[in-house]
Amino acid sequence: MAYVAIADRDHALHDPQTFVTKYIWSQDHKVIAIQYAITAIGIGLVALVMSVLMRLQLGFPHAFSLIAPHNYYQFITMHGMIMVIYLLTALFLGGFGNYLIPLMCGARDMVFPYMNMVSYWVYLVAVLVLVAAFFVPGGPTGAGWTLYPPQAVLPGTPGASWGIIFMLLSLAIFIVAFTMGGLNYVTTVLQARCRGMTLMRMPLSVWGIFMATVLGLLAFPALLVSAVMMTLDSLLGTSFFLPAVVSMGQPPTHNGGSPLLFQHLFWFFGHPEVYIVALPAFGIVSDLLSTHARRHIFGYRMMVWAILAIGCLSFVVWAHHMYVSGMNPYFGFFFATTTLIIAVPTAIKVYNWVLTLWRGDIHLTVPMLFAIAFIFTFVNGGLTGLFLGNVTVDVPLSATYFVVAHFHMVMGVSPILVVFGAIYHWYPKITGRMLNDTLGKLHFWVTFVGTYAIYLPMHYLGILGVPRRYYANAGTNFIPPSAQWVNAAITISALFVAAAQMVFLFNLIWSLKHGKEAGGNPWRATSLEWQTPDTPPKHGNWGAKLPVVYRWAYDYSVPGAKEDFIPQNQPPDALTPAGRAHGTAR
Amino acid sequence: MTLSAAVVALLAGVVVWVLLATRLTARPWETPGSPEDVPAGLAPGVPPAKIGLAFLLGVITSLFGLFLSAYWMRMEHAHGDWQPLNVPRLLWLNTATLILSSALMQWALVAARRARAGRMRVAWIAAGVLAFAFLAGQLVAWHQLQELGYFVASSPASAFFYLLTGAHGLHLLGGLIVWGKTVVRMVQPDVEVIDLCLSVELCTVYWHYLLLVWLVLFAVLLST
Repeated sequence: MAYVAIADRDHALHDPQTFVTKYIWSQDHKVIAIQYAITAIGIGLVALVMSVLMRLQLGFPHAFSLIAPHNYYQFITMHGMIMVIYLLTALFLGGFGNYLIPLMCGARDMVFPYMNMVSYWVYLVAVLVLVAAFFVPGGPTGAGWTLYPPQAVLPGTPGASWGIIFMLLSLAIFIVAFTMGGLNYVTTVLQARCRGMTLMRMPLSVWGIFMATVLGLLAFPALLVSAVMMTLDSLLGTSFFLPAVVSMGQPPTHNGGSPLLFQHLFWFFGHPEVYIVALPAFGIVSDLLSTHARRHIFGYRMMVWAILAIGCLSFVVWAHHMYVSGMNPYFGFFFATTTLIIAVPTAIKVYNWVLTLWRGDIHLTVPMLFAIAFIFTFVNGGLTGLFLGNVTVDVPLSATYFVVAHFHMVMGVSPILVVFGAIYHWYPKITGRMLNDTLGKLHFWVTFVGTYAIYLPMHYLGILGVPRRYYANAGTNFIPPSAQWVNAAITISALFVAAAQMVFLFNLIWSLKHGKEAGGNPWRATSLEWQTPDTPPKHGNWGAKLPVVYRWAYDYSVPGAKEDFIPQNQPPDALTPAGRAHGTAR
Repeated sequence: MTLSAAVVALLAGVVVWVLLATRLTARPWETPGSPEDVPAGLAPGVPPAKIGLAFLLGVITSLFGLFLSAYWMRMEHAHGDWQPLNVPRLLWLNTATLILSSALMQWALVAARRARAGRMRVAWIAAGVLAFAFLAGQLVAWHQLQELGYFVASSPASAFFYLLTGAHGLHLLGGLIVWGKTVVRMVQPDVEVIDLCLSVELCTVYWHYLLLVWLVLFAVLLST
C-alpha cells in the first residue's frame, strides 16, 4: 500500500556514516529538532537578557548609565521579535514539530529529509543575520517589534539605516526556512502516517502543530511582502509605506505612501502568528494533561474541530490590533465581532482541559504542574483579551501596560509554560534520562509565582494609564508616585524569574549525564513515540518494522484493562500485559 | 486586503473540506479495531512531492494575493500621486513566449508518459529556453521603462511594476533551477524516462501555475 511504499522503502533511510553526517549535516528529524531547539533557546537567552536590562531601567530609572534611551528601544524591539519568531515559532514547529510528528505518526522520518536539513541551516543563517544587526553601525533597529513605518526607516529611530535592513533581511530568510520546514510537516502528517493511524487517531499535539504550520504557510507571506516593500522604501526610495514626512527639517524624500497599508499587511501576518504559537501549545498541553491525569482527553473531536475553527477564524481578526490606527471605524465593529467569535472555540478547549482533569487521577509531576499553570495563565490572558477586543474598552487602554500584560500572559507566558512542561515530559525520550525533579519543581514555582508577580501588577499600571514603550516616566500628573514602587517590585520579580531559568538550564545539562535512567516509557503513556524499540530512538525510529496502530492515543484507565494505559499499537485481541515496548504488531 | 482575506479563506476552506471528507467525524474511542479497513494517507498512492507542491502553490498564491491587495490598497490610499503606467508593448510578446513555453512543457509531459524519450527531451529543453527568453524579455521591458524615465522610485505604479514582475521572475528562475537539474538527469544515458516522469509532471504543473499568475498580473497591470 501507498504509505508502506513511502515509509518503508530502504533508500529513504540515508543512514548516516560519519560524525559530521550524524550530528552536523544530519537529515534525521530528531537531530534537526535538537539543532532547532538549541539554536532557538540560545537566541532566546539573548532576548531574556534584554528583558532584564529593560526591567532594570524601568524599575530603577537612571541607575544604570549603560542603558541609554536608544538602547532601550533596541532592547524592546529585539526582545519582542526574538521571542515571538526566533524562539517560540522556531521551537514549537522546528523543534517539537520535527521531533514529534514522525514519532507520533509512526513514520521513519520526514518525507523530505534533505529539505528538512536545509530548513535548519537557513534558519541558522536568519539567526546569524539577526545577531549581526547588533554589530552594524547604529546597532539593531529600535522601531518596536511591529516595525511600523514611517518611523522604522526615518532618521531619529535607532538603527534606521542598517539595523532595519538586517532585521528585514533576517525575517525574509526565516520565512524561507520556515516554508521549507512547513511543507515537510504538513506533507508528513498527511502522507506518512503508519497503518491504522487515521487522522482522528492522531494525538492532539500533532493536530496543533499541523494546523499551526498551515497557518504559518499562509500567513508568513504577508510578512515577506511587507519586508520586501519596506526594504525597497528604505534602500531604493520607493513610497509604498512612506508618506511625505518632513524629517529632521529636510524636505520629504517620499510621497503618498500608506503606513496603514503596512499595518494591515503586518497584522494579517501578526494575528495568525499568535495562533502559530498558541495552537502547538494547545495540542501539547492536551496530551500532557491527559497523560498525567491518567484520563482520556475530554471531547477529542471537539478539540480537533476547535483547532480547525481557530485556525480559520484567526485570518479574520487581524485589525483588532489597529483600532487606533485611523482605519475606518466601521471596521472596528466587524473585527470586534470576529474577535468575540474566536473566543468560542478557544473557550471550548479550556472547558475540555478542565473536564479532562475532572475525576482524573492527577499526578502532580513537573510537566503536569506546568500544564495546569498554563490553564490558569491562558484563562487570565484570554479574559483580558476580551476586554481589549472591544473597541470602546481598547481605545483608552491602547499603548498602556494593560496591553503589555495581556499579550505577555496569553502568548508569552502561556506558551512558554507549555514549552517547559513539554521539555520535562519528552526529555526522557530525547536523552534517555529524567530531569531532576527537585530542581524542576523549584524552577516551576519560581517561574509560575514570579510571572504573576510581574504581570498582574502591570494590568493595574495599565489602568492607571502608564504608557508602554517609554524609557522613563516623568512629568505626568495622572501617574501616582507609587507606580514607581510597583515597577521596582516587578523588576525584582523579573530578576528572580530570570535566575530560575538558569536553574532550568543547569538541570538540562546536568541531567544529561547524571539524570535517573528513564527507560522507554517513564510516564506510562499511550502515544507511539513512547513505544519505540530504543530510547533514545535510533535512526529510522522503529527498528525493522513500522508500528501498526489499533486505537486512539487516549486509552487511559480503560475499565477491565490490566494496566491504566493501553498503547496505540496494542492489538485489541492480544490482551497481553500493556506496556511492552515493541513497535511491531504480533 | 479583502481580496487576500478571501483567497486565504478559500485555501483554508479547501484544506478543511479535504480533511472533512476524510471522516473528521469518526469516533476514535469507539473503534479499537483492525487497521486494514482504515486508509492512513490522505490520498494513498500520491507521491509526497505532489502534496508538497500543492502546499507550495498555496503559499505562492498567498504571496501574490497579498502583493495584489497591497497594490489595490496603495492605489486607493494614494492622495493624488497615482499615475497609471503605460505598460511596454513588449509584454505581449513575452506573454506569448511564456504561453508557448508552458505548452511545450505539457508536450514534454505527454511524451514522457508515452515513454518517447527523444521527443520529451526536445520539448523540455525548448520549454526552458523559451522561459529564459521570457525572463530576458522582461529585463528588456525594464530597460525600456528606464529609457522612458520610469525608475523604481519614480511613481508608485512603476514601483509596483518592477516589484510584481520581479517577484514573478524570481519564481520562474527558481523553477528553471529545477528544470536544469532535470535536464542534467535527462541527458545521462542510464536514466529511464519512467524515472523522470514525476519531475517532469511537477515542473509542468509549476509552469502552468506561474503562467496563470503571470496572466493575472498582466491583466491587472493592463487594466490599472
